[in-house]
Parts: sequence; C-alpha cells; structure tokens
Amino acid sequence: MPDLRDLYQELILEHSRAPRNYRELKDADHKAEGYNPLCGDHFTVFVEMDGDWIRDVTFQGSGCAISKASASMMTQSLKGKTRAAAEEIFERFHKVVTGQALNGNQEELGKLAVFSGVSEFPTRVKCATLAWHTLQAALEGKQGAVSTE
Amino acid sequence: MTTLARAPLPSGRAGLRAVGSAFDVERVRADFPILHQQAHGHPLVYLDNAATSQKPKAVIDALVRYYEGYNANIHRGVHYLSERATAEYETARKTVQAFLNAARPAEIVFVRGTTEAINLVAQTYGRVHVGADDEVLITAMEHHSNLVPWQLLCEEKGARLRVAPINDAGELILEEFEKRLGPRTRIVAVGHVSNALGTVNPIATIVKMAHARNIPVLVDGAQAVPRMPVDVQQLDCDFYTFSGHKTYGPTGIGVLYGKLSLLEAMPPYQGGGEMISSVSFEKTVYNKVPHKFEAGTPDISGPIGLRAAIEYLEGLGMETIAQYEHELLRHATEKVSAVPGIRLIGTAKEKAGVLSFVMDGVHPHDIGTILDQEGIAIRTGHHCAQPVMGRFGVDATARASFGLYNTKEEIDVLVRGIEKVREVFG
Repeated sequence: MPDLRDLYQELILEHSRAPRNYRELKDADHKAEGYNPLCGDHFTVFVEMDGDWIRDVTFQGSGCAISKASASMMTQSLKGKTRAAAEEIFERFHKVVTGQALNGNQEELGKLAVFSGVSEFPTRVKCATLAWHTLQAALEGKQGAVSTE
Repeated sequence: MTTLARAPLPSGRAGLRAVGSAFDVERVRADFPILHQQAHGHPLVYLDNAATSQKPKAVIDALVRYYEGYNANIHRGVHYLSERATAEYETARKTVQAFLNAARPAEIVFVRGTTEAINLVAQTYGRVHVGADDEVLITAMEHHSNLVPWQLLCEEKGARLRVAPINDAGELILEEFEKRLGPRTRIVAVGHVSNALGTVNPIATIVKMAHARNIPVLVDGAQAVPRMPVDVQQLDCDFYTFSGHKTYGPTGIGVLYGKLSLLEAMPPYQGGGEMISSVSFEKTVYNKVPHKFEAGTPDISGPIGLRAAIEYLEGLGMETIAQYEHELLRHATEKVSAVPGIRLIGTAKEKAGVLSFVMDGVHPHDIGTILDQEGIAIRTGHHCAQPVMGRFGVDATARASFGLYNTKEEIDVLVRGIEKVREVFG
C-alpha cells in the first residue's frame, strides 16, 4: 500500500513552497503554456537558448504541489543542458513516474528520482509531467496550450 | 460504523415508518451495501454525494427483479412480459409525479439526466421562442449543464446570454437578478441548489418575479431533489429537472417536469420510434406528451430503479432527511472552518448538502489525495462550475458533499484528515 511519504517527500514539499526559477523570461526564445483544466494546474514555461544549449529555463503559474515541484526541479536540472540531453532526461523522468524500469542509473536523474513515488498514485502522473510536456512543446515551437489530461 | 450483523430495513414504506421520527442513521447505513468496505486500509468515508449517491439494496433489488422477472420492450407489446414492464414503467412515472407534486403524469418526461433535460428544453422550447437579439437569463452560480446549452442556443440564434451576479457569500443578488428581467428575456434558467457553493436559491420568489413579466423559468433541481421536499406546483416553475443517480437511484435516468401546455406546444427533441403516432414518407404525426419526448427504447430499468429510490426516500421522509443533512452541514461547517488556513467557499445563509473549501498554500488536488489515503472520498477541481471558481478567485476547491447515510463521526474523520494535510504541508 503506497505511503503518502512516497509522494509528498520533504524535497517535493520544499520545491512546491519555494519553487526555483519561478519568474517570467522577458526575452525568451521559446515559451509554451500547459493547462490541465480538470485539476486546475496551469503553467507557462520560458526558454532562452544559446545555440543548442538551454541557457535559461523558467516558469510561472499555479498548480498542485506535485506539478509545481516537478516544474521547479525540471528547470534546475535542465539549465545548461543541450536539447538532446534534455530530451533524454525527460524520457527517463517519464519512465520513473510511470513506474517503468530504468536501464542504468536512477542516480543519473539526481533529485528527480524523488518523483518515483508518483507511480503509485496514477491519477497524479499528469501533474508530474505537465511542465515537462510544456517545455517540450516550447522547444518544438508548438502552438496552443499543452495538456496531460 | 454499522455492523453487518444488523438486518437491513425492510423495503417499502411500512417498514421504514416503524423506525420512528428520530433519524436512525445506523439502520439506514445497513441498507447501503457499498458503504461497508475499506479504501486504502481505512473504512470508506463517502463524502462525494453531489457527484453521485450510493444506492440502497431496495433499488439494486428492483433492478435485479426487473431483469430477472419481467424485462421486455414497453408500450407496444401484447404479451404478458411486455404488459408487466409497461405497467411498471408507467407506474414509476406516477411515482415521480407524486414525488414532485406535478399535476399529471404526462408532465413527467424521462430523460438520461438533468443535462439532457436542459438540452431538451433549450433545443425545443428555446429554438421556437428565442430569436435574434432576444435574451436568456441565468445566474453566475450555474453548473455547466445549465450554462452551455443556453450558450449554444444563443450562438445559434444570435441571442444574448445574460448572467445575474452573486455576492461574496455565494448568494444571488435578487435586485440585480430582477434588473436583468427585460422585455427581450425569453426564459430564465436557475439552479435550485448550487453544486459548488451549496446555496439554496429562493425559487418561488424568482418564479414570481419572472412570471410578473410573462417569462418562463427552468429550474435545475439536480442537487435539491435528493435533499429536500420539492413541490413544482407550489414553486409554479415552468420546467424542473433532476437526475436519478444523484437521488439514490440508478445512473442513466433523469426527469424533465414541464407544464402540460408548454410541453404540448414544444416541437419534438429526438425523432424515432415511440414518439410518433403515425409515420409515412409524406407525413408523420407525433405522439402525445410525454411520449413525444421519449424517442426509441428508453432505459426501462431506470424509472423502475428510480421509483424504488423515491419510495425509500419517502419512507424516511424528505423533511426528516433535510433536517438531518442540515445538522451534518452545520457540524461540518463549524469543525472544518476551525482548522487553521481554511477558507470556506460558499457561505450563503441558506445552504444545503455541500461544503466547499480551500486551504492556504495547499492545492485542492493535494488535499484530495491525502484524504483519499485516509479512506475519505471528496471531490476536488472546478466541479463543472468554472465561472463560479473564477468568481471566488480560485482554480479549484475541495468539496465535501453529504448524503442521508453520512454521520457526524465521518465528519470528524474528515476534519482529522484535513488537519493531517496541514501537518504534511506545514
């Protein structure tokens, strides 16, 4: 039986209370909106590129603790990564939150591994992945708001 | 918690009247099989009754009896099973008529639910009477089902949707409502009890105001009918809608009440078998009301299950149920609002059944998950009332909604759960 502590770990609570990189990027190269209307999670992700490198990534918006903490930790882990590296981290993160086995080190995910508990709460997976799908849409230049519902 | 050793109450009015005037909730709980289980290792505390209600054994048994005993297509058969099914179906219509105190059974149309009932009126009465530059008046506290059908109608016709505002307590501001009753207003649509706020609207007064200007009124009674006695003749409303599944009956069945003269004048909604009296390629003549609005084979078991639910409720007495739920709401309001950081959303003087709240620094979604792990079922989100959420500056609320089988002890469990949320989030 899943323990709430698996979901609401100290790190997640901390990031949801004091999210990192929580600001608008006025000169963003890319930006996209993510919205899950059924639960009310709503974020805008801003990206500033330096060639193929993500120079800065920030977000604004509101949502539940899981979605906010995920967005916050995402911005921390992707700053300074290449597009390709970011894509790879997203794939690994997605596997972790949907309870799929990871080839290789969970350690490589660093702090993001803390979201492994989400896999035991299937209705909350969409909260954890919203910011990531939004970032992906930003990088791909997609129009329209993204949703994980 | 009730023990399974207690015998369930006998179904039917006589057995239930024997219970006496005090509301014996433990005996009532024994009638609802689904309540006696665990969720995540804790006794289930079901506080999501505004979303749907649980069913007493009498309703489940009625459905089983139908399918085991007399299932057949209705209204046209000449064989034994068909005659029995038809008789039960039409008797159920009379039960609903009596329950709402409608003047005649022909004023009771069976539909899938409140949503279909409102769409029916919007697309038949609405299409005929609402034209370009006309107005439809609703309130700011409506469920999407009493909003979107009117939006669709207004878009189609080039009419204007007007919205009567609510105050910070979630009450309709009657003077502002009355101001918006104008020469172009063709219909008023208003909820009896708000599913998001719990506000009980003064329907009789609203109807009088509208009728003084010859404007008909449709009332969305989905949250009212399960909780209090409703008398459509006393309210004098032109249309009244409710859903079986919220009223301790099965899903897939609902009721549209309409005054006979209005229903007779309305064009059909869906075409097909059953709603006709004769068909040729040149001309089709429609059946009389209510059958004109019941195309195709209906959910025959639906009214049969709904009748069993209504009889169960009448055995307890709607007035008694209303008083008991009022006491639950009072207890819940007092205890929940005492938890630090709680803000109640919907604090009308007249409320029923529903307690919506937000918590400082904690998203309703997180409240819901933590409560779920304690076995408590509440609803979080916008409750199909996004404009209401916007009015109170929130994206979502947490909502506990009560039914006749909930107890004060369950409310105390809810409060302890909310305190735990506070602990987790600091």
